[in-house]
Formats: sequence, structure tokens, C-alpha cells
Amino acid sequence: MKITMNNTEVVVTENMTILDAAKLAKVKIPTLCYHPDLEVKANCRVCVVEVEGMRNLQAACLTKVSEGMVIYTNNKRVRESRRIIVELILANHDQTCTTCHSNGVCELQQLTEDLNIKENRYDHVLEQEEIMMGNPSVVRDMSKCIKCGRCVQVCNDVQKVGAIYNIGRSTEMRMGPAYDYDLTKVSCTYCGQCINVCPVGAIYEKSDVVSVLNAIEDPTKHVVAQIAPSIRVSVGEMFGLEPGTAVTYKLPSALRKIGFDRVFDTDFTADLTILEEGTELLGRLENNGVLPMLTSCSPGWINYIEQFYPELIPHLSSCKSPQQMFGTLAKTYYAEKIGVEPKDMVVVSFMPCTAKKFEAKREEMYREGVADVDFALTTRELGEMIKMQGYNLVDLEEEPFDEPFGITTGAGLIFGASGGVMEAALRTVYEVVTGEELENINLTAVRGLEGVKEAAVMVGDLEVKVAVTNSLKNAKMVLEKIKNGEADYHFIEIMCCPGGCIGGGGQPRPTTNEIRIKRIEGIYTADQKMTLRKSHKNPAVLKLYEDFLEKPNSHKAHELLHTKYFDRKN
Amino acid sequence: MSNLLFERSDTLLSFDDYQQADGFKVLQCVLKKPPLEIIDEIKASNLVGRGGAGFPVGIKMSSVQRMESDIKYLVCNADEGEPGTFKDRELLSRNPLKVIESMIISAYAIGASKGYLYVRGEYAYLKAPILEALEVLRGEGYLGKNICDSGFDFDIEYRSGIGAYICGEETALIESIEGRSGDPRNKPPYTAEVGLWGKPTLVNNVETLANILPIMDLGAEVYKTYGTEKSAGTKLFSVSGSVINKGVYEVPFGTTLRQLIDEECGGAEHIKFIQVGGSSGIILPESMIDIELSYEAFSELDAGLGSGAIYVADESVCVLDYLKVTAAFFKHESCGKCTPCREGNRHIERILRNLSQGIGSKEDIDTLQRTSLVMKEASFCGLGQTATSGLVSALKYFEDEILLHLEEKCHTGVCSFPKGGDQ
Repeated sequence: MKITMNNTEVVVTENMTILDAAKLAKVKIPTLCYHPDLEVKANCRVCVVEVEGMRNLQAACLTKVSEGMVIYTNNKRVRESRRIIVELILANHDQTCTTCHSNGVCELQQLTEDLNIKENRYDHVLEQEEIMMGNPSVVRDMSKCIKCGRCVQVCNDVQKVGAIYNIGRSTEMRMGPAYDYDLTKVSCTYCGQCINVCPVGAIYEKSDVVSVLNAIEDPTKHVVAQIAPSIRVSVGEMFGLEPGTAVTYKLPSALRKIGFDRVFDTDFTADLTILEEGTELLGRLENNGVLPMLTSCSPGWINYIEQFYPELIPHLSSCKSPQQMFGTLAKTYYAEKIGVEPKDMVVVSFMPCTAKKFEAKREEMYREGVADVDFALTTRELGEMIKMQGYNLVDLEEEPFDEPFGITTGAGLIFGASGGVMEAALRTVYEVVTGEELENINLTAVRGLEGVKEAAVMVGDLEVKVAVTNSLKNAKMVLEKIKNGEADYHFIEIMCCPGGCIGGGGQPRPTTNEIRIKRIEGIYTADQKMTLRKSHKNPAVLKLYEDFLEKPNSHKAHELLHTKYFDRKN
Repeated sequence: MSNLLFERSDTLLSFDDYQQADGFKVLQCVLKKPPLEIIDEIKASNLVGRGGAGFPVGIKMSSVQRMESDIKYLVCNADEGEPGTFKDRELLSRNPLKVIESMIISAYAIGASKGYLYVRGEYAYLKAPILEALEVLRGEGYLGKNICDSGFDFDIEYRSGIGAYICGEETALIESIEGRSGDPRNKPPYTAEVGLWGKPTLVNNVETLANILPIMDLGAEVYKTYGTEKSAGTKLFSVSGSVINKGVYEVPFGTTLRQLIDEECGGAEHIKFIQVGGSSGIILPESMIDIELSYEAFSELDAGLGSGAIYVADESVCVLDYLKVTAAFFKHESCGKCTPCREGNRHIERILRNLSQGIGSKEDIDTLQRTSLVMKEASFCGLGQTATSGLVSALKYFEDEILLHLEEKCHTGVCSFPKGGDQ
């Protein structure tokens, strides 16, 4: 099919939108509310174009091409309309750009620059609103909101949580929890996906950067860092690297320069999780325990099941998440080992996640009044901290992680992508049960962005049926199956965010599915390069059992590495 | 010439009265015909939607009829939110059975088994009599299973909004029926394909549906003897403002505005302007009173007849004050979804409010023009696209009167200043 765009003929296919056609023709039509992973809303009207024969301008994101269509994307009529629309948006936007959380990554800022808008002919009509920061994870600054609706879509369509929605109408229309409650009063999982899609700085994580730097400079504190698996393939984006570029060993160097006393790897406790969770699964299989067993390492997911499906809590593995296992071990085993009081140790975790901030503050995650994890920072905060202290990650040397929590495996690493926990678990369970070496350790069926993935693996005489889901919409689907007795699985990995942790709410912006795929590739490429790729072969983990924990699911392991969940239905 | 839709003597007739006055005769006759024949008749009648957009009804019905689906819906839009419009209220309060009979005929033609009558929240007093009428019709076999032994099943559910103007927009109305806030949906898909609960749906205004009955009764050819060549039939006009007799009048298309005001409404004195089509319609100066009330005449002015509301303003009305109130209405009623309508209405209301207090400058006229244009051309739905029709047309004829306020003068004295300036 042929169309004419700006007097140039373009060959397009049916069902393409004008926006798709423009991409093909290498014409940039500016957009604002449009997001490649969300359904088209056509709210902002920034992408309007002129279509010959149509009375009004048409939204390019929504309008489909048709044979012989004649389109103008940049003539005077279009230019002027677009400009007015952006001026109208700016007139009701808190333009404190220099101190904004999204300074530099703001799509509205970029749009204004691209459209060469240097003045606004409309009076500034913004009524400043109070910034809402009543919870440990997500801050909402509605004076910045431009009402694009992406956050509402991701919360309702991708996550099916529905914590926020449009409230009111016209100039009073705003995005937020019902009755303008704080997020703590509604069933928000703190997944932070709304942050990832916000084009401006209306939603962001509660920053702990300054508190961490202050702790580092406090001579009475021993400050240790743990770095989550997925971060190593994403934080580089904040320094101009391609998504998926692994900067694993530059991170210890950066954090040491910033002043951390020790830099450890959460991959270590990911390996530990496999031994604990794998053993728990085998126990359930042998003793007619509650099946299917559900993974428990994603705190957004934990918030979801506690608030929406508390009746299914017995299915959850009792394992703490790798972040919390690490915190506990740091403040027991490691603190003892180096002779530091737990209260003088500060555990800082770098996570792809905003729900981790909430998790770290849960009552069960404190022992004798001391938190196992003191601060949970997002990937974005990590990048900001490195920049703020004057380093460029790209220029830094590679250095190893510290002992004893620095020896890791590919199995721990792949926790960062959806399907990784399952693959890692099966690599171990197979060998532990059969005593034989697993021939093909790449369980590709459970990898990738697809919402629900299934596999069946023969482990000895038993065909182990597993499922893997990512994004809460898919979790909901599987939970409904369990409730209705239709879930014929033994073990299900559930990750809160699309694509797993590499798509977490704390990851660099933008985070789109295209970028998620690149990060996933980065994870599996790094796994391939690891010498150790099975959790039960991690010598440091084995030593930890020998020295301290005795054996997986021992009394001591239970006390330190396992937890309880609660009915928190609103 | 007799009326097609509306007799001034009509009152809420009982089922017996209605039946005695040949009620449901047309339905019984129609149920013996194949649906396509009905649609052909409606196509031949050139009936277009009376809600404002003026889309050919036969084509819309045919689109729904063609769809294959386990269920189809018919929605009668009685949201009637356009300021100054009260014709659907009259139809429903004087003779709801006529509207319901038309709904059943339309449903039969398109193959809908379920109908919704979506009535404006403010018309709460209509609920009880309509529910009663529906119940009686179920008892009499005109609603429910196997209507009049024809094998056709159809029933009607009464729904009401809570007064949002936007719910008159067909997709926002559907959202409202489905239990969500009334935000318009993306089009395409059109409601004929993906409508209520995702199923093929015919949405038509009360007056539009009410035309189905006379068309099927008289036949398209007789029906077309009413009106003009391009605007077939009659139109209900809700006339308010400075006329002697305010009310709903049915006249054939082609009647002039002057005829309507003088001959039907008993005349009006010292007319300053007339707004045709409700708050989203255009404002005409008195000098244009001989305009013909037809789609073709108004399309030459790049306008429509809208809902058929006619507001006649005399010299005691300040144009700026009137526009300010209208702008406040649209600022309140925008759903907030799209930028031009949400933000545009905000600025327009603010500028007009300021001007009425003598605050502003001549450049504000440009800002009003510019904002109106982008609202018309780039808004998501009809609300934003037409919210400034009145303003833009008024600027054409009354700019001086508006700017006079910058000298702290108002012709009428209704604004903040003493009466002044040359009329």
C-alpha cells in the first residue's frame, strides 16, 4: 500500500498507524502520551498530523493508514497546533526542571527542545500541590503530572493492581488512589512500574542516596553493599552504555571509591535461595506439602499476594528474598566474623526495585530492633550516587567482589531475568535428586518476555511441571487457576515486573520491552561466561553451610533465612 | 402540515390509550417484514442522527445488522446534556411508548436482543413512569421473549447517568453503562463493531429513534415530503431565551429561524443574537435570522444544527457575560482526557472571566482564537471540538462589544462596570 507523507511516497502495510508509517519513512512525529508497550490512548494530541480529506487533524498514534492517504506531519497548520498543545501542557506544569528528579530524562523537556519552543504564550496556571511521600517506596508530585495516563495504564492493564486511576474530571482530573488517599491506604504493591513509564518527574522513588553517603562518612559505621543480579546489565545505561552491557566488575570499584567498606554480591544469596527453596520444594514433594509452591523473592509480588490473595499464602515458599537473606547473614555470620556489632553495621542494597525499600522496612526483617537491610537503593539511585561523587562508571577499572559473599554462579545471576529462578532451581534440583549431571543446563523454554511460560522436566521418575510468570496481570491469572484447582504445576516462579527484575520499577529510564530484551540478553550472555553455573556448586555457599548454617532448611537456616507472610487485604 | 413526532396535546398516555390510538400497530406490521427491508426503508428516508453529528441512520443500522455476534445491543441516548435542549425530555415524558415502540422496531431491524435507555441523571422523575411502562409492556408481550409471536426477543433496561455532559458522547455513554467514568473511547473501532460490552451496538438519540416509527408508518417517500431535499423530515427545536413562548416545537427542515421564532414562538423583541445548537452551537447576529434551518444551510457556515436548541438573546444580554458562562460550563464538563479540551477550556474561561472584569488586552482575542482553533482541530472528541463554536462565531460579530470591557464598560451593565458604551 502506498501513502504520501510530506510529499514523499512511502510504501506501508495495512493496519499500520501513521506513526508507524512515519518511522518507516524516517520522519519523526513527536509523541508524549504514546508508549510502545501500552495501548494507544491519544490523550496528549502532540502527535497530530494533517490528513488530506479529513476535516480535523488526526492523532498519528491512533489513525491507521489507508491506500493513497496524503499526510503532512510538519506543515504550518500542524506545527502551530502542536506548539499550542505543548504550550498548554507547560502552562500547567511545574517547570522547576533543574531540580526535578527527571531532569535530563524528561520526555516533556526533550519534546519542548525538539519543537524549538522558546516561549509560552499562555499564563502559568499551575496550582502547586503537596508532594506525597507517605510510604517508603514511591513519591508522587502531582504538580509535575501532565495527565498522559501511562501510570494508570501500567497499574491497571499491565499489573492489574488498580491502585491508581483517573479521579475527577476536566481541570480537576488527576491520577491517584481513590479518594486521594495516600498509596499506603490502597493496595499498592510499590512495584514502581508507574515510575518507569512516567514521561516527566511526577512519580519517583524515595531517595536514600544522601543517607547512605552520610553513613559512609560516619566513622563508627561499617558499611557494606550488595548488588542485585539485574543491575549489572542496566546501570551502564545511565553512563551512555547500550542496554545489556555488563558492568559487573566495575561496580565494586565504583562503590569502593565512594567509600563502602565491603562490596558483596546478592548473586551469592540468590544461590543460597536456590538451596533453601529447592530443598523446601523437595520437602513438599515428599511430604504431600502444599503445591504448587510459589517463589517469594519479588517483594512487589509478595505485596500483591498478601493484599489480593492472602488465602493462597500457604503456597508461598517461606524463603526470604536474596536481599533479606543477605542482610541477615551480614548482620549475623559476617558481623560475628569481623567482630562488628550489628547496630554498627550498615547494609545497603542496590536493587532494580522500589518494593525492596518497603520490604527492608517490614517488621519481620528486623532483629532486636536492628534492620537487616538499612537502605535499599534503586539502580537509578546507584547511577546518581556514582555521578554525584564524581565518577564515570565507564572509566573505572574492573575489580572483584569481596569475600565471603563475592563468589557467585551463573545460576544466581540469572535471577535477574524472568525464568531465571526456575532455571537455576532446576539446575540444582535435578542434580541433587538424580545425582547425575544435567546435560543441557540452558532451560530456554522459561526465558524471555512472554507473560506465562511453562515447562516439564523429568527429574528421576517425576515429571516436574513448572510455570513462570512475569507482571502481576499474569500472576493473577495463575493464582485464579490455583484457586480453581486448575493449576497442574509443582513449582511456579512469579515475578512482579514485566521481564522480571531487569524490568523492575527501579531500573534506569526509559525501560521499555525493547530495552528489557537487551538486558535479558546481557544476563544470559554473562551466565554463559561464568565458570560456575549451578548454585549447589558454589564453594562459598557450601562453606557457609559447613561453618554456620549446617544444611539447607536446618533449624538455623529456618530461623535466619525464612520468614512469614500476612493477610493484608484491605 | 401535521407533526410526525410530537403533538402538543400528547400527555403521558396509558398503555390502553396508546393502543387505542393505533399504538404498536406499526410494530406488529414491521415484525412480519425481513429486517433488511426495514433498514432499506430507513436508508431511503435519508434520516440522519438528531444528536448533533448528523450521521445517516440507515448506514449505521446496516453496519450493526451486518455484524455477526452472539448478542447485539441497542442504546437509546437520552442523556440530553446540551444546555437549552429539552426535546428528548418532552418525548419521553409525554409519550414514552412511542419511543419504546421505535426502539423495539430498531432492535428488530439490527438483531439486537437487549436495549438500554440511558436517561440523563437530572431527569430522575422520568424513571418511575418509564419503568412502569416497561413492566406493562413485558406483561402485554411487547417486551421479553417472542414479541407478538414473531420469535423476536428483546428487552430494555433503564440506566441513568449522574449528570456529566460528556456521557452524551456515545462511547463515553457506553463507558458509563459499563460502570466506568465517562471518558470517550478511541474510534475506530466504531460502536457498530465494538460497542457496549465489546459487542456490536447501535447508539441513537431519542429523537432519532422516534423518527423510525413515522418512517415505518408512512413510508420513506411520504416521510421525505417533509423537510428539504437534503434534510428530510421534521426537527424538534427547544427554544428558550427572549421569545414570547418558550418550548419544544416540531417544524419541517427548511423553516427559517424567523418563521420558527415569529410563527411558532410568538415572536421576540430586540434580538441581539441567537445561538443555534446549544452551547456548542454557533452564535448568529439578528441580521442572519432568515437563515433556513437545515443541515445544508448551516454546513455553509461550517456548523450544524446540533441538538436543535435555540437560545434567543435580546439586548439585555452581554455577549461576553454569556460566553463566560458558556466557557465555565465547558471547563466544568470536559472529561479531562485530552490536552486541548482540558487545558484549552481552562484558559478560555480564565481569559473571558478576566475580560469581563476589564483585565486583559487586545492580544487576548488572538489567544482565544488560537486556542479555539486547536481545540476544534485536535481535541479527542466532539466535546472539545465544538466547545468554542459559540465563541469563535461571536468573535466574528461581536468583537467590539467584548473589547469594550477593556475600557471598563459593558453595554448591558451585567459585568463588573456601570452600563456604558454605544449599543
